[in-house]
Amino acid sequence: MKSQTYRTTSRPRRRLLAGLAALPALMALASPVFSAGPPTAEVNTTGLAVTDDTVQVGILHSITGTMAISEIGSVQAEKLAIKQINESGGVLGRQIEFVQEDGASDWPTFAEKTRKLLRQDNVAAIFGCWTSASRKAVLPVMEQFNGMLYYPTFYEGLEQSPNVIYTGQEATQQILAGIDWAVKEKGAKTFYLLGSDYIWPRTSNKIARKHIEKKGLKVVGEEYYPLGHTQFNSVINKIKLRKPDVIFASVVGGSNVAFYKQMKAAGVDFTKESPLLLTISVTEDEIRGIGGENVEGIYASMKYFQSLENPNNEEFVAAFKEAYGDDMVIGDVTQAAYLGPWLWKMAVEKAGSFDIDKIREASPGIEFKKAPEGYVRIHENHHLWSKTRIGRAQTNGQYEVVYETKELMEPDPFPEGYK
Amino acid sequence: MKNSSPVKWLVSREGLYYLALAVLLVLVLPALLDSFRLNMVGKYLTYAFVAVGLVMCWGKAGILSLGQGVFFGLGGYCMAMFLKLEASTPEATAQQSTPGIPDFMDWNQVTELPWFWEPFHSFSFTLLAVIAVPMILAFIIGVAMFKRRVGGVYFAIITQAIASILTILIIGQQGYTGGVNGITDLQTLLGWNIRTDEAKTTLYFVCVAMLFLCLFVARYVQNSKFGRILVAMRDQENRVRFSGYDVASFKVFIFCLAAAFAGIGGALFTLQVGFMSPSFVGIVPSIEMVVFCALGGRYSLLGGVYGALLVNAAKSGFSESFPELWPYAMGALFIGVVLAFPNGLAGLYQRYVMPLEDRLFKRGKSGDAGNDDAALSGSLGAEKSS
Repeated sequence: MKSQTYRTTSRPRRRLLAGLAALPALMALASPVFSAGPPTAEVNTTGLAVTDDTVQVGILHSITGTMAISEIGSVQAEKLAIKQINESGGVLGRQIEFVQEDGASDWPTFAEKTRKLLRQDNVAAIFGCWTSASRKAVLPVMEQFNGMLYYPTFYEGLEQSPNVIYTGQEATQQILAGIDWAVKEKGAKTFYLLGSDYIWPRTSNKIARKHIEKKGLKVVGEEYYPLGHTQFNSVINKIKLRKPDVIFASVVGGSNVAFYKQMKAAGVDFTKESPLLLTISVTEDEIRGIGGENVEGIYASMKYFQSLENPNNEEFVAAFKEAYGDDMVIGDVTQAAYLGPWLWKMAVEKAGSFDIDKIREASPGIEFKKAPEGYVRIHENHHLWSKTRIGRAQTNGQYEVVYETKELMEPDPFPEGYK
Repeated sequence: MKNSSPVKWLVSREGLYYLALAVLLVLVLPALLDSFRLNMVGKYLTYAFVAVGLVMCWGKAGILSLGQGVFFGLGGYCMAMFLKLEASTPEATAQQSTPGIPDFMDWNQVTELPWFWEPFHSFSFTLLAVIAVPMILAFIIGVAMFKRRVGGVYFAIITQAIASILTILIIGQQGYTGGVNGITDLQTLLGWNIRTDEAKTTLYFVCVAMLFLCLFVARYVQNSKFGRILVAMRDQENRVRFSGYDVASFKVFIFCLAAAFAGIGGALFTLQVGFMSPSFVGIVPSIEMVVFCALGGRYSLLGGVYGALLVNAAKSGFSESFPELWPYAMGALFIGVVLAFPNGLAGLYQRYVMPLEDRLFKRGKSGDAGNDDAALSGSLGAEKSS
């Protein structure tokens, strides 16, 4: 609903303002802004929906169903990026128009809508998908009709498609630095691995276990619960019994609410850090559902927190709040989704063409210095180089950044021994 | 019976309805729609198999199953397992730590193909399994329930529980089933690339042909003495039982038939969509399938087909035009139809369009129009009695 308001009321006004602001520049240049692009026949040889002054892209997320609560942030971020790109002159002189489709939290619907976007709308790129299941459903369609998907979520890796740019982290980027931090800074020796039962937590915990055991430390428990599970009493008892130094949690969705509330009810005070809880699945978005008071003191290993202090992020947070309201929070994935349209724009401009094959070739090596998370670069393997950061949850639902890696972490979607 | 000759049947009123559907599916839609839309119609038609099964099972015999997704899913999974094995040749999966097994098994550290996957290397076994696996499960459920005279709401709840159990089982055993992701990335059927437009169009016609086959089987059952007993059972179960019929066996049979139809639909779905996932097995899709049937008209076989087509077309259409509001539109459609026309579109048709047809028929030919076919008048009768 928020996006509706911004579309009908504030956008024209802002357009007007932006237009007024651009007037002096226009006079100086004495040339219309939007005719700068090269002719369509040159930049579009494969029949994409590109005209002399517009280009169509697709946005494909769940805006209904159980995943909507997570994916709406991504939709908002993508629309914001598109709007900003348009205000700054578009892509190759063309304004971006988007076709939005609803994946409805249903994987086959994602595949159907992708087919529609690629076959019928001939979109030049798709920004979308959230869960691994939806990506897996969409992947064969993307490859068959040679589309380009910008996928924002942190995920399990084990994949590298020529038709996807992964703007989130693959598993090693989140986990290795997170565990190193817990060992070095907090002196952790024993770990309890806990997750929802599907491929991302399982793969993540495999990677975590290898890394922990390689250091000569111990995993004292590993447990999985079905998606939507709400009874965590038994595992809480086990944790109390085995007294691990760190609970490494990758519980997702609604289960989180039950898990943290029950932990608190069972007398676990996270601020005491014994055990310390390190999660790779709770962003600011999830805390809104769980309640800040229930997670105070937990640590999260992500690449982005809303509280990051740098000029890019301050600008991004301000623009996001202006567009969607002051009570909005921005989680890791929302930021990664925001990168998608920008990275696509840069690839198109580097390639001088909208053709998918040329974008694919141009993508590796692209650097985005205005990224809210600081600075990212596209790797040969279509994932992003990015930093890993550790945040400590506050009662107000925000994370306080306590650690970040010095260098960008290299994406490694096929780590040795996990294939 | 009066419709003994096929030609005579074709020019009867019922025959014309079937002919109209055939013309629509075989000539009109392929001529009007591009390959992408036609493929979507093909997908909708796979739900029509379930709807036809439900008309038999719920409309005719009064057994409401809220777990048809289970059988749809089983049929679909059988086909998906075959296709996945075909796609997972040692060459194609060379980068895995265990080449030659499906990719999701490798991700889950499964190093050997599980025993129950082995037979799915054979295409003929798969075709058999698509029908047999759902039927066997339906038989077990049917015998367990109907012999104990569990019926009505209790039966509906149990089928729903089974749908839930199967979903949890599939998601939990992800090393063997693909978990939430399902079985994805299916490419060829016996070396034939099922992703091309030509293949999709061919599969569409296969789907239409199979649907008519199922419709004729259903029609045959419905018009036989057996069909009469089903209707009698629905309306007065005890009277049928006291007349010496073994009610439970009849119910088991019709439940198995509906399961087999759903299984065939599921297999065709997998072929046309290119993957299978637990989201077709659970409670929500199962209830949706009942909605198709209710909307089309649960007493009419063709009503079920049109219901599946229309609801799914509306779903795609609404969600494309109003991505943020479409569930409300769908909800309004269901509530509207159920409140205003409890017998679905077929009931509406019989009430308002048929009298017009009668008049036309009388003007055009002899005054024979009152001589309706057995099926439709049968369902009209059912409507009155309900």
